[in-house]
Amino acid sequence: MNPKTLKYILKRIILAVFTVWVVITVTFFIMHAVPGGPFVGEKAVSPAVQKAMEAKYGLDKPLFEQYLTYLTDVIQFKFGPSLKQRGRMVIDIMTDGLKTSIKLGVIAAFLALISGTILGSFAALRRNTVFDRVIMVVTTAFVSMPSFIMGSLLLIVFAIELKVLPANGSTAAGLILPIITLMLYPMSYITRMTRSSMLDVLGQDYIRTAKAKGVPRLRVIFGHALKNSLIPVITYFGPMLAYIVTGSLVVEQIFAVPGIGRAFVQSIINRDYTLIMGTTIVLATLIVIMNLISDILYKVVDPRINLE
Amino acid sequence: MDINNLKHFSAQVDLDDFNPASEKDKEYMVKMRPSTTAFKDGVRRLRKNKIAMISFWIIVIIALAVIFIPMFWPYKYEAILGMQPGKPVDASFNNLAPFEYAKSELARIESGESVFPHIFGTDAQGRDYFIRVVYGTRISLAVGLFASIIVLVIGLLVGSISGYCGGVVDMIIMRIVDIIYSLPDMLMVILLAAVLKVAIGTSLEGTPLAKIGSNIISLFIIFAILYWVSMARLIRGQILSLREQEYVLASQAAGAKGSWVIRKHLIPNCISVIVISTALQIPSAIFTESYLSFLGLGVNAPMPSLGSLASDALNGLSSYPYRLIIPAIVISLIVLSLNLFGDGLRDAFDPKLNN
Repeated sequence: MNPKTLKYILKRIILAVFTVWVVITVTFFIMHAVPGGPFVGEKAVSPAVQKAMEAKYGLDKPLFEQYLTYLTDVIQFKFGPSLKQRGRMVIDIMTDGLKTSIKLGVIAAFLALISGTILGSFAALRRNTVFDRVIMVVTTAFVSMPSFIMGSLLLIVFAIELKVLPANGSTAAGLILPIITLMLYPMSYITRMTRSSMLDVLGQDYIRTAKAKGVPRLRVIFGHALKNSLIPVITYFGPMLAYIVTGSLVVEQIFAVPGIGRAFVQSIINRDYTLIMGTTIVLATLIVIMNLISDILYKVVDPRINLE
Repeated sequence: MDINNLKHFSAQVDLDDFNPASEKDKEYMVKMRPSTTAFKDGVRRLRKNKIAMISFWIIVIIALAVIFIPMFWPYKYEAILGMQPGKPVDASFNNLAPFEYAKSELARIESGESVFPHIFGTDAQGRDYFIRVVYGTRISLAVGLFASIIVLVIGLLVGSISGYCGGVVDMIIMRIVDIIYSLPDMLMVILLAAVLKVAIGTSLEGTPLAKIGSNIISLFIIFAILYWVSMARLIRGQILSLREQEYVLASQAAGAKGSWVIRKHLIPNCISVIVISTALQIPSAIFTESYLSFLGLGVNAPMPSLGSLASDALNGLSSYPYRLIIPAIVISLIVLSLNLFGDGLRDAFDPKLNN
């Protein structure tokens, strides 16, 4: 690895760490900007009880001291107790939710990647045929549909009308519809990306050279074209994860999947501030890390890419 | 070899070349086609693009419909038809199927009156669903348009300052842009929407802005905070690269002043990129608005938006699936047409970007 690449990686890591710090700071100060603090909206409490509650959660200290305490706690994954779910710690609620959500997200991402690559390559190899046109029309439609609409429509068709799949996402079979909902958008996006980069690669000189040398067609496609046309797809890993995370917020809501996205939405509705802060920070860090990995991978895989 | 054939290589000026052009020479200069401006040329290319034109007319029709239909429609979007002042509560207005009439309306029809039909039926509270969809589309389109304009203005300002000043100013602005760009936007949007909803709700009361609703205002604030960065980056990049172009250098060498360069070279070359990315910003703003409305962070009730209509429809999904399908189709149609039209604009006005 040359020093230029190393310098780039170092720069990206520093930016990522800085971004996470910004997220933590922004989250903290935004939450403290809420008028009245976290205990407003509860049944009326006496000033003494209010004082005692604030002392218990350290809210009576100066803001900057609270911030430093919060920062050191967050680094050790201490997010404190949930304000609305009595006796439960934020970290426990999140790990419970993440178990389901990670399963959901990883399967959706994996399926999107596989099917998107296959469809995209086929569309490129069969350019301007009916097959290609149909794929382009369908993927354009999927890209224009918000995830909550996709999810609701799938729910109507498969769970309510046809009754072939369960609508409730708390069982293993119930995860099928949420997974399909989450994968359709990234799948369409990857299909379109693969198609255009495959078309680009197929026009390159080295493909013509390979063909001229008499390399069999399948080897040209798999050995020469596909490998290179997948490089741009790497850049989509980060945005895909971001999409799956935000998509899962509504998808888990629609299908009642007990994941972290649903916990997040519930915490917003209940104004459970510690849970909102914890979930935002964890999900944001996840997205930042994934973006970092996909950026670095992209530059390392293809040395031709300009590092500036 | 004839010495005359070598005259092209001599440095001596041949005075014959400077005679006035004869009529025959002038004929060569006849224009085959009247010269066009870059704009006319782009419009011509755009009109040839069938998909873009169909999308354009769909958007125009939808926009005209949502502006004019509420003016003459006999029902109001917030009117609960079963509860009108001076009349007994009529629960038969709730959950009407499309083209179905409530009991009191049937009685009026019996007595010979004509009653305007509920084309999409009514919702669970007895409000005419058609006008709610129309009004919701109006809100969604307006939010998309205004949010894009906000993004455009801030992005243009910051981007051009960064591009012109360069140096330390540019570096600081670009580092800020880098950080905002790498923030997970939707999470921040949800967080801001959840908090702003509470924070500005109370301070808005009594002001004219209260009518728009705290949630839409917070949506605009979010766009102003987070979404200008890609526009600023784009405009800065445009300015930096255009400044280095040979034709700018040529123009300066020929004695052009700064204002001339800006008016004749920088703006015309920038404008297409700016218009196109603003056009493509509208569907993404509509997307964000509907997403937030779906999570309950969008428009304030009873004002509808396409996202909140879809979200409300989830409750009675098994009995009234069309209440979800209608806003779903409208949203997808708008986003799809705007995207396709934006792509068409890009192909027509910026052939350099086309690949």
